[in-house]
Amino acid sequence: MLLNKPHPLEVKVLTRRYEYPQKDAIGVDEYVAKEGYEALKKALDMTPDAIIDEVKKSSLRGRGGAGFPTGLKWSFVDRKSPKPKYIVVNADEGEPGTCKDRVILEHEGHRLIEGCLIAGRAIGSNRGWIYIRGEYRTQIEAMDRALAEAYARGYLGDNVMGSGWAFHLSTHTGAGSYECGEESALLESLEGKRGNPRLKPPFPATSGAFQCPTIVNNVETYSAVPDIILKGGEWYAALGTPKNGGTRLVCLSGHLVTPGVYEVPLGMPLMTIINELGGGVWKGRKLKAVIPGGSSSPVLRPEECDIPADYDSLAKAGSMLGSGATMVLDETTDMVKLMARIMKFYAHESCGWCIPCREGTAWLAKILARLDEGAGTKKDIDMVDELAQGMFGRTFCALGDAAAMPAMSFVKKFRGEFEAKIANAKVYMPAPQTQPLVVL
Amino acid sequence: MTFSPELEAKFAKMVQQYPQGRQKGALIPMLLFAQDEVGAVTPDVIAEVARRLSVKPVEVEEVIGYYTMLTKEPRGKHHIQICTNVSCMVTGGEELFAHACKKLGIGNKQKTEDGQFSLEETECLGACSWAPAMLVNYDFHFVVTPEKLDQLIDNLKKTQ
Repeated sequence: MLLNKPHPLEVKVLTRRYEYPQKDAIGVDEYVAKEGYEALKKALDMTPDAIIDEVKKSSLRGRGGAGFPTGLKWSFVDRKSPKPKYIVVNADEGEPGTCKDRVILEHEGHRLIEGCLIAGRAIGSNRGWIYIRGEYRTQIEAMDRALAEAYARGYLGDNVMGSGWAFHLSTHTGAGSYECGEESALLESLEGKRGNPRLKPPFPATSGAFQCPTIVNNVETYSAVPDIILKGGEWYAALGTPKNGGTRLVCLSGHLVTPGVYEVPLGMPLMTIINELGGGVWKGRKLKAVIPGGSSSPVLRPEECDIPADYDSLAKAGSMLGSGATMVLDETTDMVKLMARIMKFYAHESCGWCIPCREGTAWLAKILARLDEGAGTKKDIDMVDELAQGMFGRTFCALGDAAAMPAMSFVKKFRGEFEAKIANAKVYMPAPQTQPLVVL
Repeated sequence: MTFSPELEAKFAKMVQQYPQGRQKGALIPMLLFAQDEVGAVTPDVIAEVARRLSVKPVEVEEVIGYYTMLTKEPRGKHHIQICTNVSCMVTGGEELFAHACKKLGIGNKQKTEDGQFSLEETECLGACSWAPAMLVNYDFHFVVTPEKLDQLIDNLKKTQ
C-alpha cells in the first residue's frame, strides 16, 4: 500500500483514519468503529434541502479539476422529475500528475460509499456507479470488496439502514481513455459508447446518465461529504479560505525530495507545499517552474509561486488549482521537450469529435516536436501560440482548452528556451521518418 | 461461446446493474473482462458480447477502436506498460522505456517472438508521486530503475 510518511503541516480530515504505514484497506468494522456511517445516519433524518444547504455552507468545490461549487451542482437536479436520478463517481483519474483518487479507493472505499449515499439521499436517487479507469484493477477490486461489505451490513441495498429507502452502487470499469474523465464523455462511456463529449446544455443535472438527472463528482469530492454532514458545513469551510472550503489532497511529483500525496487545507501557500511537504527541489537544485494543477494548467515561474494554493488565488495568478496535481521542475528541465511531450499526450487523447481539438492538437504536436528537434523556425513559436488561441474555448469539451493552456503559457513564459533550441540546432531539416515535411 | 463460471457469474450480475433496456452499459466492462480471460477481443468474443447485450457487432467494433486497453491482437503473456508522461519523463521514464526496448529486443507495441512479453509506451498511469511508474498486466511498479526493471523481467522469465 502506498502512503507517504505523514507531515506535521498536514490537516487530516479525509485521511484521518489512515495509519502509517497502512497495510490493508480500512474494513467496515474499523470504519464503523471510528464514526463511519454516522453521517449517513444523520443524513437519513435530514431533508434533502438541509443536506444540500450544509454542503453549500461548507463551500466544498469539485476536486476533479473545474472547482465548481458542489452544493450548487446538487441543487440543479430537479428532484420532482418523474425520471430516476443517478449518482456517478468520476474515478477516471487521468490528468497527468494526479494520483490521489487511487489512494481513497484503495484505502477507504467506505468513505466514498457513504458520500455517495448522502448525495443520493440529497437528490432522491436510488442508483449510482463508480466509473474507475481500467488500469486501476487493484482499486476496482478493493472497491468491490468494500461494496460487498456495505451490502452485507445493510448500508446499501433495498432498505438502507432500515429507512425503507433503496440505494444501489456498483463499480464500472473504463478501458483506457483520458477523454472519459470529462463528465459527459464519461456518461457516454457508461452507456457503452465511444467516449465523445456531449453538447452542453443540457447539463448532466438535467439529462445525464441514460438521459436522466445525474450528478457527476470526483472521488475526493464525494469523500469529503461525510465529515461535512457530521461536523457541519461551517466547520469544514473554516478549514480553508473564503469560498474555498476544507482540505484537499495534493499530489506532489517531479523533482522533489519527498514527493507524495498529502492532505492540506485550501489556501496553504504553494511554496510551503513545495518546500515543506515536498521537501524542496531535489539534488540541491534551483526551481525552474511549477505546474500547479495537472498538465493542463498554465505553468508558473518561481517568482509567481508566492501565492496561497486555492482555486481563486491560482486563477488570479493565471493558472488553476485543477485536480491538485503539483508538478515541480528543476533548473535542468528542458521546457521545450516537456511541452512537446505534453502535446503528444493531448494529440493522442483527443477523441476527434470536434475539429479544433482534433486538428489543433495534432498540428501543435507536430510543430512542437519540430521545435524540440531543433528543426523549427521562429515563426513556429508564434504559430504554437496562434493555434492554441484558435483552439481555446472553441471545442465541445475542455480537452481543447486543456491542450491550449499549457502551450500558450510555455511559449509566453519560456520563449527564450524555444529560441535557444532553434539557435543551437545541429539539424535544420526534420528527419523524414519522424516528421513529415511541411510547407508553411 | 461460454466463459469461465466465475466470469459468467460476474456478467450475470453486471447486466443487472444498468437500467432496464439499457444493458449496453455493460459493454465496455464486459469486453475488457472477456479480453483478460481470452487474451484478445476475438471475433467470437465480439459476436458473443453483441448477442448477450442485444447490440449490433458494429457497435462493439466502434468501442474497440476507441479504447486503448481493448485489443484484437493478443498481447504478450506479460504486457509491460511504461509511462513517459510529464512526471515520469522528468524522473527517467524515457530512459527506462529505452532500456526496456533494448532488454527485450522489441519496440513500442511489439511482442517478443515467444509471445512472453509485449511492450507499450503509455500515457499517465496515475502514479505520478511514485514516478517513474510501470504496469505489468495489472500490477503497478513504482519508482522503477533500469536495474529494478532488469530484475523484474529476469524473474518473470524464470517463472515461466
